Amino acid sequence: MTGPRLRLVGIRKAFGATQALASVSLEVAAGEVHALVGENGAGKSTLLKILSGVHEPDAGRMELEGRTYSPARPSDARALGVGMIYQEVTLAPHLSVRENILLGAESSRLGWIDARASRRRAQEALAVLGYDHFPLERATGEFTIAEQQVIEIARALLLKPRVLIMDEPTSSLTKSDTERLFGVIGRLRAQGVSIIYVSHFLEEFLRIGDRYTVLKDGETVGVGSMGEATVDRLVALMTGRPVSDLYPRSERSLGEPVLEARGLGRSPRLRPTSLTLRNGEIFGLAGLIGAGRTDLARALFGLDRADTGTVAVFGRPEASPSPRGSWARGLGFLSENRKEEGLMLNLSVRDNITMTKAGAFGRLGWISHTRQSAASRRWVGDLAIKCRDSDQGVGQLSGGNQQKVALARLLEHPARILILDEPTRGIDVGSKAQIYEIIGRLAAAGKSVILVSSYLPELLGLCDTIGVMHRGELVAVRPRGEWSEPELLRHAVGRE
Amino acid sequence: MTGTLRRIAAKGGPFIGLILVIALFSAPAETRGYFLTYHNFKIIFTQSVIVSIGALGMTMIIVSGAIDLSVGSTVALTGVAAALLIQHGWGAAPATLAAVALGGAIGLLNGAAVAGLRMPSFIITLGMLGIARGTAKWLADNQTVNYDASPVNGWMTTANPSGHALPAGVWLALALAVATSVLLKKTVFGRHIFALGSNEAAARLCGIPTVRLQVMVFALAGCFFGLSGLLQLSRLRLGDPTVAVGLELDIIAAVIIGGASLNGGSGTVLGSIIGALIMAVLRNGSQQMGWPNYFQEIIIGVVIIAAVFLDRFRRGGRA
Repeated sequence: MTGPRLRLVGIRKAFGATQALASVSLEVAAGEVHALVGENGAGKSTLLKILSGVHEPDAGRMELEGRTYSPARPSDARALGVGMIYQEVTLAPHLSVRENILLGAESSRLGWIDARASRRRAQEALAVLGYDHFPLERATGEFTIAEQQVIEIARALLLKPRVLIMDEPTSSLTKSDTERLFGVIGRLRAQGVSIIYVSHFLEEFLRIGDRYTVLKDGETVGVGSMGEATVDRLVALMTGRPVSDLYPRSERSLGEPVLEARGLGRSPRLRPTSLTLRNGEIFGLAGLIGAGRTDLARALFGLDRADTGTVAVFGRPEASPSPRGSWARGLGFLSENRKEEGLMLNLSVRDNITMTKAGAFGRLGWISHTRQSAASRRWVGDLAIKCRDSDQGVGQLSGGNQQKVALARLLEHPARILILDEPTRGIDVGSKAQIYEIIGRLAAAGKSVILVSSYLPELLGLCDTIGVMHRGELVAVRPRGEWSEPELLRHAVGRE
Repeated sequence: MTGTLRRIAAKGGPFIGLILVIALFSAPAETRGYFLTYHNFKIIFTQSVIVSIGALGMTMIIVSGAIDLSVGSTVALTGVAAALLIQHGWGAAPATLAAVALGGAIGLLNGAAVAGLRMPSFIITLGMLGIARGTAKWLADNQTVNYDASPVNGWMTTANPSGHALPAGVWLALALAVATSVLLKKTVFGRHIFALGSNEAAARLCGIPTVRLQVMVFALAGCFFGLSGLLQLSRLRLGDPTVAVGLELDIIAAVIIGGASLNGGSGTVLGSIIGALIMAVLRNGSQQMGWPNYFQEIIIGVVIIAAVFLDRFRRGGRA
């Protein structure tokens, strides 16, 4: 075998006083899937940005197929054969599929777009992925997230990359879409493309990874072959300590019903659904994306008005709940869309935590900052939110800490029934464990939780009861002990 | 397929609106006899030229995700400058080129400030609104700039006002509309403008020179605004530094009525031109109905809001 396709040695990068990368080395062979593992803040993002030409390293050497590799901007990296799939979708929603795939690399003659050549090239790129009949002329915004991701990968493949970097490609995909993505990755590997794969789902690495590199605090702390790795070993390397149990079981007993939905429906996405949540219960909602989990959660809280049915909270039925009324009745809602619906990113930690009850912090409409700060400081300490102080903008915090701020808001309110939609999406393992711990603690203290999640181990590890949704219907509700991962999946895809 | 129907409705929406306003003024007894005549439409077309040409530039800017509030001032400044040049003996062609170039230069400044300083276009062009207006008044010494006859004066009228021929300005606007539409639809430059407005981060990641593109969009649009300024001069037959106050709002309204989104990424030349025509028909019809000026303003305000509301409604469930 010749040398590695991509080799990084002693990469360093500082932003101001923060040393993001202290000493990173990375070797990726031709045609391998290389897992890049690390907690948030370990330096993965910085490393990816250096690889894709967004940042330049302060020191260190990068080689692509034995030649010095130093991209000055993303288009350089692309031209040199390093493609990147970003975590957030980076398509122009108004442009067609064809235009997005060819964006920045159009087939043109003297500035005029050559429609025929464009179509052919876009089709070829999609065919590599096994998608032969994709509607090329439709606006990209009309496609699902999973389909958009296919478009994005096709764009990255257009320039025949030798290294393809994928940052959290499955974070917003359902299980079946993830499977299809793995198929695509397998195809690319067979064609000799090297893939650097970043994910928070360690189980994924074990399935598709060939080798791994673990980053911690800006340094490479572990390299090895995936065949000899286990989740526990990777977690231990990432966190620097063994994680004996990610899902702490709290002592709790289920009490009286606190929330009862009867025939709650909202056509066409939510068919009339009934469920009962008891005091101290963690009720999990499983299902594929689009199965109606989020619709149910939103209808329960009154964010979307239900067409039929009632929601009774603490025994008092309400035909058409509103968010304002729900807050008043002790319900709290955490949106799956943290950045757009959950937090005011340019406001401070303090303002975000006290948002729903700002009135309680003052008199006659004037807000007392002292009392607001005191309240937020309590939660910053309680939930171990890492921030400079409660004045810091929420947008500057890591994903895990942002999610803790969102949780703190519900707790400050105080909500007795928490509806949490994908509370651990896109955050690192350490923060996940902390959020699990917080949820367990809340249930033990007599709060009730509805937990919507696409991550089955999390539901199985945390919930007392799990219900599976399929095509807008709650098809099965059972105690956790009666569920297994394959069983949940079978119900979710409608083959029970 | 409902998708196809919706697409037809989305494309035809502004056109249906135009038919509706024309029908509105064709029915009443006061206007029935005259409104639908060729001669009246000749007037409507001529009256819509300045807004239409401005709307071509504005469509590019709005599609790119920006806005330009300095158009009215740019029109006044370029008009005054051209009037002064003609006063100093310049011919029609060089004076026109100078007005277009000056408009382009103002756009270049706007674009350089927006893209280079990373400032919102709303702020930069709000500043330019004052700068250009002040400069126009300064150059004109706070009074109108008069000049002896020039061929420029004939571009918004025809030798025989009751004849069938359309004035040169109308043909110019039509030719530019076709050219701009082709530019936006068929060229790499045009599609990159859409990409910029649709998702700037994506455009940058794909290696599109977003800063240069934004500057070019403003500069090119500025050329259109300079041409509007010259046609304003042609219509008034003098350079007036206080003319066209608030013209940018008419132009923005035309583009929005035509179906463009203020968030960028969508908009068509045809839609914007129809938007300009809808406003011209409303003005013309209101005058013939003998409605007072304030009433016209109220109607146009209502139409803008209704058009955008219907547009969103038409696009259906997607927020």
